[in-house]
Amino acid sequence: MVEIIIAVLIISGLGLIFGVGLSYASKVFAVEVDERVTQIREVLPGANCGACGYSGCDGFANAVVEGEAPTNGCPVGGNAVAQEVAGIMGVEPEGIKRTAARVLCNGRNSVSKEKYEYQGIDTCAAAASHFGGHKACTYGCLGHGDCKNACPFDAIVMVGGIARIVEDRCRACGMCVLACPKNLIEIIDKTKKYSVMCMSKDKGAVTRSHCQVGCIGCTKCVRACPQQAISMEGTLAKIDYSKCDNCGECTKVCPTMAIRVMDFGE
Amino acid sequence: MIKAIKSFRGGIKPGHHKVTAELETVKMPLPSKVVIPMLQHIGAPCMPLVKKGDRVLVGQKIGDSEQMIAAPVHSSVSGTVTDVRPVLYSTGVEVMAVEIKPDGLQEVHESVAPPVYTDKEGLLRSIRESGLVGLGGAGFPTCVKLSPPPGKVLDVLVINGAECEPYITSDYREMMENPEGIVEGTKRVMEITGVAKAFIAIEENKPLAIESISSLIKDGDNIEVVSLATRYPQGGEKQLIYTVTGRRVPVGKLPADVGVLAQNVATVAFIANYLKTGMPLIKKKVTIDGGAAANPMNVEVLIGTPLKEVFEFCGGFCEEPRKIIMGGPMMGVAQYSLDNSVLKQTNALLAFNENQAVETKESVCIRCGKCVAACPMSLMPLYINANVMRGNFEETMKYHVNDCMECGCCSYVCPASRHLVQSMRQAKAELRKLAARKQGGKN
Repeated sequence: MVEIIIAVLIISGLGLIFGVGLSYASKVFAVEVDERVTQIREVLPGANCGACGYSGCDGFANAVVEGEAPTNGCPVGGNAVAQEVAGIMGVEPEGIKRTAARVLCNGRNSVSKEKYEYQGIDTCAAAASHFGGHKACTYGCLGHGDCKNACPFDAIVMVGGIARIVEDRCRACGMCVLACPKNLIEIIDKTKKYSVMCMSKDKGAVTRSHCQVGCIGCTKCVRACPQQAISMEGTLAKIDYSKCDNCGECTKVCPTMAIRVMDFGE
Repeated sequence: MIKAIKSFRGGIKPGHHKVTAELETVKMPLPSKVVIPMLQHIGAPCMPLVKKGDRVLVGQKIGDSEQMIAAPVHSSVSGTVTDVRPVLYSTGVEVMAVEIKPDGLQEVHESVAPPVYTDKEGLLRSIRESGLVGLGGAGFPTCVKLSPPPGKVLDVLVINGAECEPYITSDYREMMENPEGIVEGTKRVMEITGVAKAFIAIEENKPLAIESISSLIKDGDNIEVVSLATRYPQGGEKQLIYTVTGRRVPVGKLPADVGVLAQNVATVAFIANYLKTGMPLIKKKVTIDGGAAANPMNVEVLIGTPLKEVFEFCGGFCEEPRKIIMGGPMMGVAQYSLDNSVLKQTNALLAFNENQAVETKESVCIRCGKCVAACPMSLMPLYINANVMRGNFEETMKYHVNDCMECGCCSYVCPASRHLVQSMRQAKAELRKLAARKQGGKN
């Protein structure tokens, strides 16, 4: 009986000493956390995608409070989150443009040619490191889905051997842009419906021999655009989205249908 | 002749298939055109020095780079430049290439003369001007290798005549047809680098080559012929150095760090010839073989010759080729088009038929550890592969993926036919990309 009482006393004594010690330490060594960090952290989407350029949502919340990051720095949260963050910080909300990623290649397997039969690791990066990939066009989408695997929002689908982005789900985090070994993906203003769906820098005849829907550099769209928003970069047409007003004249004249309306909704 | 003192770890014993070994090298006549890419070495690509319509002569420099690690490119024919256009390099980057239509005269350019030099620097400069790269297959600029970084003292030269890859016999033919050149070149490289001792290492399945070279070496030359066990990858630089000298090249270090310089037999033979004639690197001995090639043989080909014309010269194909490989079957690069050209580092062209190029389907890893046993660099390919498949490229660094020389032993032994070497290559490329991204700051 005595042994039990001794043991109980020792354990409760130790408990008391540690309890006092811990409560003292929590007062003396307390780390001040700005409550705004916690608040901002709560309104963020919590995907930890890193699209803001910081190490996850915590990093971004810290950076906003420290004044390093802008309140509208989270592309995933969009306007709603930007407003809430601005509210917490007590500054004027700055709106952000709704953007989405776009895969600028239309060379589905049915319209493009293959250069060789690829056997190996099923990733675009691996395929691209052997003579630039199995597509005859060295600029085209290889369709192994590196972007799809990188997408944290499940917004990319593979259609007919190329990647397509479901714009409704896309949060423009840019992970796919980094993953694509062919640099085919661009973050574009979502309201602009028309894009040149080709990145081939080859001459027109070469592009045409590789793919039926590539930009052959005929410059018809440049002449057709009433806003003068299209210019040629070498043999490739480029749309200046600050001028484009979605009139669609370019897509009517394009002989290879390289300029397309983007309507990949859910 | 002495026997190798050590034996390297791992490795495999693939069939030799050296049916072309005793066939005399045949000189190929002028092709109808040559396409000479500006990148035929490890390092920075050259800039073309000629333009469309120019007349060029044999041995004229047509491309050069100001970068340190690069080798200039020379015209292999006399004729007119018909085009300067980009072509695809095996890694997928586009490099410029000069297309020349030969006029059949093969006039030699005035710059082709035995190099005149007064000091070691001058000699190294002229070796750079010769456009020489390591002819064993990797194509590292030789002049860079011959000038070790300051503070490193070289004391042993190892000449690589192992030729351990199946099918290839072009180095063997060099040893049989030009043993004087090899011995002479070895002596010249010893002079250039101030190395006192040299070994010419040859696999023991080439007794005639060992004999022909041994007979030319006199007492006092300080050159020794070493016979090596016949095992792949005996000719791997680090394996060769270990078996011949017993020295281990530490992780992430170069042979120069242990005082060794390794050169291929064809490279030293070229140096001997270049110092005598001044003719830059414009031709190459190439083994043509494989089940689909009608007449397997060794040919001397001008650099830039389209593969199609090389195969046509060798009697074409006896059956439809399934896979065409430039280089050996273990480390070579499968070609997608016969319009590609013969490069400086090309030592074989293999046309495999349906049976030889049979593709087995990849299945899951059963962790048998055969790849670990076979790896001559003591790596664990199965774990590197698993991490690559999951996208954990930084993790592969812990498995020392950068020590992998892509010899292909692991893929050769894998019972599940996993793409092990490819995943190593992939991991190395991704790590390079990550390092570049870190260096470039936030991206």
